[in-house]
Amino acid sequence: MTTNTSPSAPGAAVRRPGPGRFLWLLAVLGVLAALMVASVTVGSRDVPWSAVVAAFGGSVEGFDQAAVAKRIPRTLLAVLAGAALGVSGAVMQGVTRNPLADPGILGVNMGASLAVVTGMAFFGLESATGFVWVAITGAGATMVFVYVVGSLGRGGATPLKLTLAGAAVSAALTSFISAVVLQRNDVADGARSWQIGGVGGGTFDSVAQVLPFLAAGMAVCLLSARGLNLLALGEDLAAGLGERVAIARGTAFLGSVVLCGATTAVTGPIGFVGLVIPHVCRLLVGVDHRWLLPFSALGGAALLTASDVIGRVVARPGEVDVGIVTALIGAPFFIYIVRRQKVRAL
Amino acid sequence: MSVSTVETVTRGRVRRAYRRRAVIVVLAVLIVLVFAVTLMAGRTFYPPGDVVRVVLGQDVPGASFTVGRLRLPRAALAVVAGLCFGIAGVTFQTMLRNPLASPDIIGITSGAGAAATFAIVVLSLDGAGVSVFAITAGLAVAVAVYALSFKNGVSGIRLILIGIGIAAMLDSATAYILDQAAEWDHQEAMRWLAGSLNGATWDRVVPVAVALLVFSPVLLHRSRDLEALQLGDDTASALGVRVDRTRLVAIIGAVGLIAFAIAAAGPISFVAFLSGPIAARVVGPNGSLLVPSALVGALLVLAADFCGQFAFGIRYPVGVVTGVLGAPYLVYLIVRSNRAGGSL
Repeated sequence: MTTNTSPSAPGAAVRRPGPGRFLWLLAVLGVLAALMVASVTVGSRDVPWSAVVAAFGGSVEGFDQAAVAKRIPRTLLAVLAGAALGVSGAVMQGVTRNPLADPGILGVNMGASLAVVTGMAFFGLESATGFVWVAITGAGATMVFVYVVGSLGRGGATPLKLTLAGAAVSAALTSFISAVVLQRNDVADGARSWQIGGVGGGTFDSVAQVLPFLAAGMAVCLLSARGLNLLALGEDLAAGLGERVAIARGTAFLGSVVLCGATTAVTGPIGFVGLVIPHVCRLLVGVDHRWLLPFSALGGAALLTASDVIGRVVARPGEVDVGIVTALIGAPFFIYIVRRQKVRAL
Repeated sequence: MSVSTVETVTRGRVRRAYRRRAVIVVLAVLIVLVFAVTLMAGRTFYPPGDVVRVVLGQDVPGASFTVGRLRLPRAALAVVAGLCFGIAGVTFQTMLRNPLASPDIIGITSGAGAAATFAIVVLSLDGAGVSVFAITAGLAVAVAVYALSFKNGVSGIRLILIGIGIAAMLDSATAYILDQAAEWDHQEAMRWLAGSLNGATWDRVVPVAVALLVFSPVLLHRSRDLEALQLGDDTASALGVRVDRTRLVAIIGAVGLIAFAIAAAGPISFVAFLSGPIAARVVGPNGSLLVPSALVGALLVLAADFCGQFAFGIRYPVGVVTGVLGAPYLVYLIVRSNRAGGSL
């Protein structure tokens, strides 16, 4: 990056990236790689290294290799879902300029879930492809609704109003999900996973189904990084600098909704990844979204993979769904941010 | 001039006191009516005569079992749990000066629910043991939320947000515990989580009734001080209210009520949250809301349970009905307060 970069650069730090960011990038990549290895090798069942290697060769002889073979797509799903949720959260925080924004807290994941559950119960939805579109629609509708409710009145969409609107809408959607699920014995078993997210059911097929959506959403989000930098300066200033605020905001929203909707379609609602990761990444690389978004992707992938490994290890021989682990890790962080903010700012 | 002002004020006061009494009487009558209908109607209808004889302890073939063993304890549990939720909810809302600060939003219900789930599923306790767990956890959460939101004083907004965070954590703990009980029917678990009066027996009704008799007089006795707290801590203490002690008593009383009700009936969604604002609307600005809110709570649970059982094709647990009714109201409340530009 040279000095004649776009006017988006909100401070001197952007013009001089320095070696720090590259070191952090290497560090995060290293951690992620280590976690991926751990995710394939560690689990409810201990397996020898030879089985891991054999399973990567495509062999599924015996329990050990079969176990590893199941862990590979699962790890892949955790990485993809984590990256999607991390970026989605970072974009939502950028667009709403709200430190508490997260697809889980704003109820967007629950909206995707309700849409899927409704589709399964009443419209005979079965294929994963159908789920993805339905989930994205549900996520989008919820996002718009929460944003409209949260931005009514003076001061626009303040963090407090958005968070309350999100919590209220989440509660409403959870009630509706119970109402739909309890009505239908046949979907009840499968539908439980639509209230608590997990990656245990990941297969290569399901990953392949959502991959195009995730790629598209990710591309849109990354391309809107510059617009997000401008929006961070405030609407008026961004408009003054020639940014079409409504379009920039709409595109970024769309990208983040596609990401979390598509993720929820395979994993169910997973909260707090999108909340925690952008905050941590901002500490590492600053507020420039061109750096923040890729870091959030890597960080989200690392957090979700780690949570999944933890969930498999702590309750042997059982498993804890990753959605539960992220809530237990993320909620204290949420409280920390709430405490740190001045009440007025909230 | 001054005489007429005094007259106007007095007349207004009398009119408001009259309205308050009228509302309380109407609510009580409605509860009795719905209670009676609940006893009579169902899969089989029993005429009022049969029901009265069963209630009086006489033996009526058929009705004795259906009405005496099934419907009567169920309706009784609905009433006592509803009263508990109603009082507890409005106590918190009054004390923290915010309709969103009801126990089911700031995590206390989640805490009591998680502890009760733990006691039931992992320790296989029942009855009093579950209540002890629920009340301990409820109090612990109340203290934790209060302590965590303390920073140069307690801000209601911060308390609500922190409560939402704590609730998310505790709910996921509950989900995990229920998940471990994998042999359990997940549907049954979900029913309990939503709050359900299924299988109500007198053994479950009695502890809640006792809790109601112990805690509610304490809260009613303090209702004037609670009202004063609404004016702000400084004003309240200037008016001679011992702020800290009132708050402590109110928290213990309200958590006690709610914990016993949850141990018996599960966390029936949103009753604690809804009763206060509904009562406020029908009574108007007329002194303490404790009694009207309790009655609204009982009426809500009774009516919602009856609808849940018979209004739809299948039997819904009462909590799903109150949740589906209550959640949109929560959204509405937020929309309204945002429009008004107030800080809730």
